[in-house]
Amino acid sequence: MQPAGAVSTPPPRGLGQVLATGIGRVLVSVSVPIVAFIVLWGGFIFLKDSGAPRIVIVVVAIVWGIGGVAMLYVVANWLTEKLPTVWRGRILPFVFVGPAVAILAFYLLIPAVLTAWASLFDANGKEFVGLANYEYSFTNPDMVIAIRNNVLWLVFGTLFSTGLGLVIAVLVERSRLDRLAKTLIFLPMAISFVGASVIWRFVFSYQPAGETQIGLLNAILGAFGIAPVSWLTGEPLNTILLVVILIWGQTGFAMVILAAALKGVPDEMLEAGRIDGASEFQIFRKIIVPTIWPTIVTVATTIAILTLKIYDIVYAMTGGNFSTQVIATLMWDQAFKFFDAGRGAALAMILLAAVTPVIWYNLRQFRGRAI
Amino acid sequence: MRPIKWSRVAINLTVISLIVVWTVPTIGLFITSFRSKDAIYDSGWWTIFTNPQGAFTLDNYEQVLFGGDGLATAFLNTLAVTVPAVVIPILIAAFAAYGFAWMDFPGRRVLFITVVALLVVPLQIALIPVLKAYLAIDLNGTFLAVWLAHAGFGLALATYLLYNYISQLPKDIIESASIDGASHFTTFRRLILPLSLPALASFAIFQFLWVWNDLLVAQTFLGTDKDVAVMTSRLVSMTGSRGQDWQLLTAGAFVSMIVPVAVFLGLQRYFVRGLLAGSVKG
Repeated sequence: MQPAGAVSTPPPRGLGQVLATGIGRVLVSVSVPIVAFIVLWGGFIFLKDSGAPRIVIVVVAIVWGIGGVAMLYVVANWLTEKLPTVWRGRILPFVFVGPAVAILAFYLLIPAVLTAWASLFDANGKEFVGLANYEYSFTNPDMVIAIRNNVLWLVFGTLFSTGLGLVIAVLVERSRLDRLAKTLIFLPMAISFVGASVIWRFVFSYQPAGETQIGLLNAILGAFGIAPVSWLTGEPLNTILLVVILIWGQTGFAMVILAAALKGVPDEMLEAGRIDGASEFQIFRKIIVPTIWPTIVTVATTIAILTLKIYDIVYAMTGGNFSTQVIATLMWDQAFKFFDAGRGAALAMILLAAVTPVIWYNLRQFRGRAI
Repeated sequence: MRPIKWSRVAINLTVISLIVVWTVPTIGLFITSFRSKDAIYDSGWWTIFTNPQGAFTLDNYEQVLFGGDGLATAFLNTLAVTVPAVVIPILIAAFAAYGFAWMDFPGRRVLFITVVALLVVPLQIALIPVLKAYLAIDLNGTFLAVWLAHAGFGLALATYLLYNYISQLPKDIIESASIDGASHFTTFRRLILPLSLPALASFAIFQFLWVWNDLLVAQTFLGTDKDVAVMTSRLVSMTGSRGQDWQLLTAGAFVSMIVPVAVFLGLQRYFVRGLLAGSVKG
């Protein structure tokens, strides 16, 4: 449907008609965005202040949110089509990429610059302190523990998730239970780290000796007559046990990707190895691992990024107590509990510095694989 | 043949024990969620196999959903956060990917490289500046604030992945559409979106799991008030403030898992395909 003002190439007409059509065009072009804006604004106010039942609000929110974004694109496109061809060609690309670029600028690029800047100032962002926040970050005892813990997460989390994933992928391929095993081991990936933390509470739970143990690990120890252990209070064992939760969640991811890579190893290579008398273990080490090495690196770097930014598991299991804090939890505490914007910013920058080389490497591997 | 058979038995036994190790913690939680508070503290969940009397109750679910914790509200909030926070970034990223792949404009390369470079920025960097901006315009605590934040943190990856897909579509169909007089917008809506459905679906599943299971973004921009908080926030505050109500915690954890696990099991094929295409959150 074409709005009245948008009729193209009408028959020859007088000056008055041309003017009227021109004004009509402008009016429609202006009023459509205004109407769109009013609709969106009305929805926003309704969602913000309404006392309607929660279910109504939720439905309105979903429709308003998705419909609103779609509408913005339609209106923007409609407006550019009103323009002369030359201008349309110039502006339309920015209707397409503009929103993405603007959002990324607002949510990542500008914050990164602001955070870098804020990390050089004191808690209130008033006084310039140079690198004092970074110095604090690397000398404060809590922070040193957090960095050590992040290293534990990085090393154990990455090594065991990837290694176990690879071993399981190889084993499962030779078993008739492959579908079931893959699904069940992959499943924890759908569970939030918070949910996983609740699950593992019942594994690590501890009661003093003599009382009934309701935690699985201590019950098993008890069955062998060993005294119960308070798993989550002693460092650095507690951090390593938290890493176990991550390994439980991420091994399935590694397994699925590595299993797909294993399918790409040519059978002739394996047969040739067997004919030459290589044992299964030698075939694994000398043929399979080198062939799928790029995929192993992709998986390992992906999990490494996750371990560097780990937050949820620590927050939900121990709240960072008992020396389990990591950089991301300390950052949150500094920024939102102690309201020290400078230190929080410095910690965020340290996180960025730690993650950047890993992601860069990951992307390079990925591009080499995909293109 | 004999030694080969034995190795097969060994492999199957290993696989079975792996399955057991991987599922027992979840089964334990599931069983516990149907036990009364007293039972949970008096005996381990595994005792129901030897002593099954009086083990089963639905009270925990009833109490956690409709009692003081109001997890039913949190469930709705999670839904209201997740659905738009999945669709909006995908729509925006698809438009951008098409623009970068099939339109010519000054600054295209620089802008695209900037988008990819932003993959390295961890979202922690953005928390304080974005929160300050939100507070200044009184946007914090609204769904819109969380949707846009999730969009911002997911867009770099979404644009990159969809660009990889959309730029590989055959050039002929896009050119012939243009010769037939279709505008870019029509081409995008009628041709590109349907053709990209596999890539869109893969990323959608990934973004869905990410948003549904997220704690940090929701906790920061939506807050932990009972009326607005999502399920992960509520669960964490349940572990903190009343760490001893484990019977509610277990039921709550299960409620929060139902939807992502169902989505995961139902769409596993697409999810795996997406993972293999590199839909991995950086």
